[in-house]
Amino acid sequence: MLDVQGLNKAFGGLRAVRDIDASFERGKITAIIGPNGAGKTTFFNLVAGAIRPTSGRILLKGEEMTGLRADLIARRGVARTFQTTALFDHASVLDNLIVGHRLRTRSGFWDALIGSGRLAAEERECRRKAEEALDFVGLSHIGNRLAADVSQDERKRIAFALALTTEPELLLADEPAGGVNPDETNGLAALMRKIVATGVTLILIEHKMRMVMELADKIIVLDHGEKIADGTPQDIRSHQRVIDAYLGADHAAAH
Amino acid sequence: MSVRLAITALAIGLALVFPFIAPNDYYLSVMALVYVNALAALGLNLTAGYTGQLNLAHGGFVAIGAYTVGLLTVDYGTPFWIAFALSGVVAAGLGFFVGLLSLRLKGHYFAIFTLCVGSVITLLIEKWDSLTHGVVGVIGIPAPPGLGPIRFDTSIGQYYLVLAFLLLGLFVMRRIVDSLVGRTFVAIRNSEDLAEALGIDLMRNKILAFVISTFYAGVSGALYAGYVRFLGPDIAGVSRTFDLLSASVLGGLGTLTGPVVGTIIVAWLTQYLQFLQDYRMVVFGPLLILALILFPRGIVGSLELWAARRKAMAEPRAPQAAPLAGASENA
Repeated sequence: MLDVQGLNKAFGGLRAVRDIDASFERGKITAIIGPNGAGKTTFFNLVAGAIRPTSGRILLKGEEMTGLRADLIARRGVARTFQTTALFDHASVLDNLIVGHRLRTRSGFWDALIGSGRLAAEERECRRKAEEALDFVGLSHIGNRLAADVSQDERKRIAFALALTTEPELLLADEPAGGVNPDETNGLAALMRKIVATGVTLILIEHKMRMVMELADKIIVLDHGEKIADGTPQDIRSHQRVIDAYLGADHAAAH
Repeated sequence: MSVRLAITALAIGLALVFPFIAPNDYYLSVMALVYVNALAALGLNLTAGYTGQLNLAHGGFVAIGAYTVGLLTVDYGTPFWIAFALSGVVAAGLGFFVGLLSLRLKGHYFAIFTLCVGSVITLLIEKWDSLTHGVVGVIGIPAPPGLGPIRFDTSIGQYYLVLAFLLLGLFVMRRIVDSLVGRTFVAIRNSEDLAEALGIDLMRNKILAFVISTFYAGVSGALYAGYVRFLGPDIAGVSRTFDLLSASVLGGLGTLTGPVVGTIIVAWLTQYLQFLQDYRMVVFGPLLILALILFPRGIVGSLELWAARRKAMAEPRAPQAAPLAGASENA
């Protein structure tokens, strides 16, 4: 699905991402873990096109997408959720989601001016997509609530719903379970399994190790911008460098 | 919704009968100029309010529209309505190129850059004597000629002319901001990073908003030229942009009618404070601050938020839905 070859990103003298090679399989869940500052979010920014790599290649389904603008990458089917989702607080949850499907529509200024039939049809389609996504993440009952009034867990789900309205094939989730309680973490894990079951490939950055170990098919470990290990959760748990760099001896002993 | 419709009908009705209840022509001319400014504020609100790009050159584009009409009619003998039609196009055309350049900058940098663009426009008008008449200004602009039986050389005719354009401007703006196009603008204001990740072409949409906005500025300037019939370089001044902006903020930036409401309130407030002469800003400033403390999202914005809350509260809440299979078992 996604292949990354020799990816580098330097911010001045700081090499935030160094020579990363990785491939991500279709329909699988891959977790990227590592200490703070390991380059995880930078890696996401590179794949999503928010920043350009210093060198290296990014291929989506074998097609070159290195250096493409973020909006064009989104159109090719890559969606992402952010650590904090910037919702428009004074609009309803559903209103926040309607724009998500915009990238699959073509209406422009002239359609708006004359009130074209195409625009009306596309607006209906966007609303339908938003409702569908909201239903998928289990929040159809709060569609009319103001975005300012939703809980952290709901906000995380809305972030997924927003990503889903773009009809992604690859979803990058940055700390999808950050700041929610253990019950809600389980709920979000279930949601991610449900998303992957529809054929979406998921890559997530997460610090909650119990969740990562249960959820991920594959784990990639970054430290100081370098990939220090990748493999199944089983491999990673017993990997000495990962234990030293990130997990700590306690975690390894606990399992 | 029906409340909103009733308010709209009432407001339009009031505006229509105003010439018959106004004590004299002075009130009419104040109100007509309010509408001209409100039209410019509508445009400013599209970039600054809906799209989140604080364009401080807006007054400059109003001036460009006004000078387009003034110079074409006075110096080149162009028929008024042809010059009028060109004013929006010229302003929007220049807006396209200024936007192309300035919208590469984000946030404060964009605001500062456009502030400079505004100053450059003022200076150009002031110094380019051979084209703009410099500080002497453009004198003797014709009043808008009548169309058929309708005449615009009376104060009532002028009043209805600018009112018609304001209503048309509101109608078109409503179409834009209520559509997917408007939602796209709001998404950009909300978070550029998120908007981009959702596949929105930032540059293209920002330029679109900027061009529409400068078109409004140009038409507003043309109406101003036809109404006041004299132009000086001060009309491009940055302080005029800030007047439009503060009125829009008071009324509600990023709401459809906020700029209009704000412009009307500010104009009448300034009229009532006339007797204080130069000290009126001493009263006006604190009043504006007080209003913003009470209505941080502007008058219309705060009302809309209140209405949205009420609507959300009125929704029957599903009793703690657990729609995800597995969610509850895992818990």
